[in-house]
Amino acid sequence: MQILTNTKFEFMAQRKIAMIFSAVLIVVSLLSLIFRGMEFGLDFTGGTLLEVGYPQAVELSPIRSALESGNFDNPVVQHFGSATEVIVRVPPIKDVSNAEISSRLLEVLKQQNNGVDMRRVEFVGPQVGEELTETGGMAMLAALGCILVYVAFRFEYRFAIGSVAALAHDVIVVLGMFSLFGLEFDLTVLAAILAVIGYSLNDTIVVFDRIRENFRKIRKGSAVQVIDSSLNQTLARTLVTSFTTLLVLIALFLFGGKLIHGFASALLIGVIIGTYSSIYVASSVLVAMGVSKEDLTPVKAEGAEQEEIYEEV
Amino acid sequence: MLNHYPMWKNILILLMVAICAFYALPNLYGEDPAIQVATSQRGAQVDQNTLIKIETALKEKGLQYKSAQLSTTGLLMRFDNEETQLQAKSLVQKTLGEKYAVALNLAPATPGWLLDMNAKPMYLGLDLRGGVYFLMQVDMDAAITKAMDAFVNDSRTFMRKAKIRYLGAKRSDETLQIKFKNEAAREQAFTLLKRELRDLEFIETQEGSSFLLEGKLTQVKLKDIKLFALKQNITTLRKRIDEKFNGLVEPIIQQQGDDRIIIQLPGIQDTAGAKDILGATATLEYRAVDEDNDVQTALNGRVPAGSKIFYTRAEVINGQKVPARPVLLKKRVIVTGDHVTNANAGLDQENGSPLVSVTLDAYGGKKMDAFTKDNIGKGMAVVYIETKRITSKDKDGKTIVTTKTSEEVISVANIRGRFSSRFQTTGLDSVQEANNLSLLLRAGALAAPVYIIEERTIGPSLGQDTIDKGFQSVIIGFIAVLIFMAVWYHMMGAIANVALALNLIIIVAVLSLLQATLTLPGIAGIVLTVGMAVDANVLIFERIREELRNGNSPQNSINSGYEKAFMTIADANITTLIAAFVLFVVGTGPIKGFAVTLSIGIMTSMFTAIMVSRAVVNKLYGGKRIKSVSI
Repeated sequence: MQILTNTKFEFMAQRKIAMIFSAVLIVVSLLSLIFRGMEFGLDFTGGTLLEVGYPQAVELSPIRSALESGNFDNPVVQHFGSATEVIVRVPPIKDVSNAEISSRLLEVLKQQNNGVDMRRVEFVGPQVGEELTETGGMAMLAALGCILVYVAFRFEYRFAIGSVAALAHDVIVVLGMFSLFGLEFDLTVLAAILAVIGYSLNDTIVVFDRIRENFRKIRKGSAVQVIDSSLNQTLARTLVTSFTTLLVLIALFLFGGKLIHGFASALLIGVIIGTYSSIYVASSVLVAMGVSKEDLTPVKAEGAEQEEIYEEV
Repeated sequence: MLNHYPMWKNILILLMVAICAFYALPNLYGEDPAIQVATSQRGAQVDQNTLIKIETALKEKGLQYKSAQLSTTGLLMRFDNEETQLQAKSLVQKTLGEKYAVALNLAPATPGWLLDMNAKPMYLGLDLRGGVYFLMQVDMDAAITKAMDAFVNDSRTFMRKAKIRYLGAKRSDETLQIKFKNEAAREQAFTLLKRELRDLEFIETQEGSSFLLEGKLTQVKLKDIKLFALKQNITTLRKRIDEKFNGLVEPIIQQQGDDRIIIQLPGIQDTAGAKDILGATATLEYRAVDEDNDVQTALNGRVPAGSKIFYTRAEVINGQKVPARPVLLKKRVIVTGDHVTNANAGLDQENGSPLVSVTLDAYGGKKMDAFTKDNIGKGMAVVYIETKRITSKDKDGKTIVTTKTSEEVISVANIRGRFSSRFQTTGLDSVQEANNLSLLLRAGALAAPVYIIEERTIGPSLGQDTIDKGFQSVIIGFIAVLIFMAVWYHMMGAIANVALALNLIIIVAVLSLLQATLTLPGIAGIVLTVGMAVDANVLIFERIREELRNGNSPQNSINSGYEKAFMTIADANITTLIAAFVLFVVGTGPIKGFAVTLSIGIMTSMFTAIMVSRAVVNKLYGGKRIKSVSI
């Protein structure tokens, strides 16, 4: 099936609209992050989490009252996937050893309903939680930094800025969506975002590669035209790859179970936004920065390679 | 000739694929529900007789078992399904009694011939197997404080021997502070201590009218102390876990950074028991009993300098409550618990009364020898110090850490004769008391206390559920992609599918060979790789299509397609690898698992997409005259 060949969409003509759209997305995301904040998981806040199952569906309020009378302040009690599974979360308690908290929690729950079965327990000391938040942020920045350097080295600084702009855009929007919809941000979601960075960059590089090739090959045409034809040429590949990845992610999202849900959601949002940003954000930045044929003076080795291949055609 | 791989290349590729398929095989065999039998007390044995007893009991109830293995670690018995396994467990525990520990386990069912070639199934992480994960923090400050205290005492000894007069010597935070009346004394001390205590760096300072000599640990010594404390803790924790779980679990105990320890106990369901032995950590101190002064006088308020009041443990022995009683001990510590290498309960050879035999290391032996030489007939006590760490947030939301220390005297005995590294404590009331004491002594033999700062427990049912869901999504995603590729790219798509399938097999093989831990995010990483692996192929195929559209011959198109796409594939995959690498370095546990599978997946996908699919394409199309390519 070759439906997507020889398309002649004028992507760059729409770039103003795209920029506005992206700007809106980013602003909404930032606002949500600032005012609504993020629903951080246990890994970042510290505290104790207990996941329990009951033989029948249970109501949450009696569980909550039982915990409160057991001297647990502010317990968070939620259903987890179904009416028979419940998650209980309590923040760190002063003067009580961390190991005792989970045992006491289970005791209180057992008294309230004897059929309770422990699925898992997690305790994260607050200092570990703080460290993780720091490390997570640093990891993100480190990855972006390395990538900036690598792309500037392989292409040219404008491309590097374009790619990092697209990546930052993706990350902010994914974080914003999580904040907006109140989805829980835990360690696996952090991993997913780093995977999104890798994946989105993958996409962007493929487009850039074609743009570079075309700039050297096509004798006449403005930068916009060159970029447009490059985008059209890579459109088939971009869409197909995104599609297969989405297929797989949807499988994870639907069948992977609750534990991997956050991860799958982050990747789903990330891949969709990433595809969009590879087509519009990265290239628009290139145009805005006034990229032109001269900027891509071939580095010797590459130039030599390119020449050879062209000769056959 | 275009599109032709020399024979050796084809054979090499086939060989690699075959090897990978072989090492991926063990994963098909699954696991058997099993029970493990080990002894929980000395004197009992797991041997042929035990096996016969169990067999008889099982036969009576009509329970069948698949196979049984007897080894030095105990007995492993496999069953056909979980119900039989559970029934067998309770039956066997009842039959054998308290002296034996019976645990549920999942034993990999890999056949012998695979095991011989070192082919094992993938190592499943805790979130897939169920079990307990602890992250322990070593209290380095305590280790340093202890070392400094020892140096304070040593400095006093040296100065006294050299007859240098000093006003006082104490530890202030982590600095040794000695006060002198005049400069001359300080000079002398400086020269002396610089020579004798090489692990400290000294500076001369002034405080008001007194002359001070301050000593701090050198960087080298500091690092040594930390390293030693960490290693000692790891050894001790490993010993404790072995004792408690008697080879029922393969624990993973690893260093993390320079002051943390990771402990993973897969398959363990007795988490309370694990927490007991890990959470309540302790240290020991041997101190001399203050014979010259009376405990009562001290209790009334006049505690002599150089001594301190301690209390013994309140215990229940043979059903009788024994209350705590006060004891007056000297402040100076003879030996600390980190020099205790072993403590065992036993029976006196001659009169059969209970005793505890203690072994010290060389350093401890020397100290003990020096002390007992001059103190025969006097009393010596063991103080058991338990330190608990309590972390909470203050009103500003900042994390604060407080420690709660409890000190108890666990043994007071008279020194019968001079001894050094090996000695026995007798005069115990019962075997139970001896057992308790030896347990406490062994528990207390730590250089620096450790605290649990992170804990995760996954119940076994959740573990199994997670595996099932994980693998389900891999299969579904995989099939979806297969269908799509065949429909979209026709014959070439089918070839890409072959490459994709091989990719999965190779990933599994590499993971099995490396025995890398597979976690749920790791499975997600594999799923992601399936989606992204096609990318390389898509790049190549789109390029081939383009070449064909431009009017090139099929052979040329195929060739150009592969060539031109290669650089793009490399560039794009390297960037994803960078992200995976950052994740690996920064991440812990499950995240590391994800980074590993993602990285392996990317590299294997490059191999299969470029080389394997090319080999197949070459076989099909290479060297022939073809009119068109089914793409």
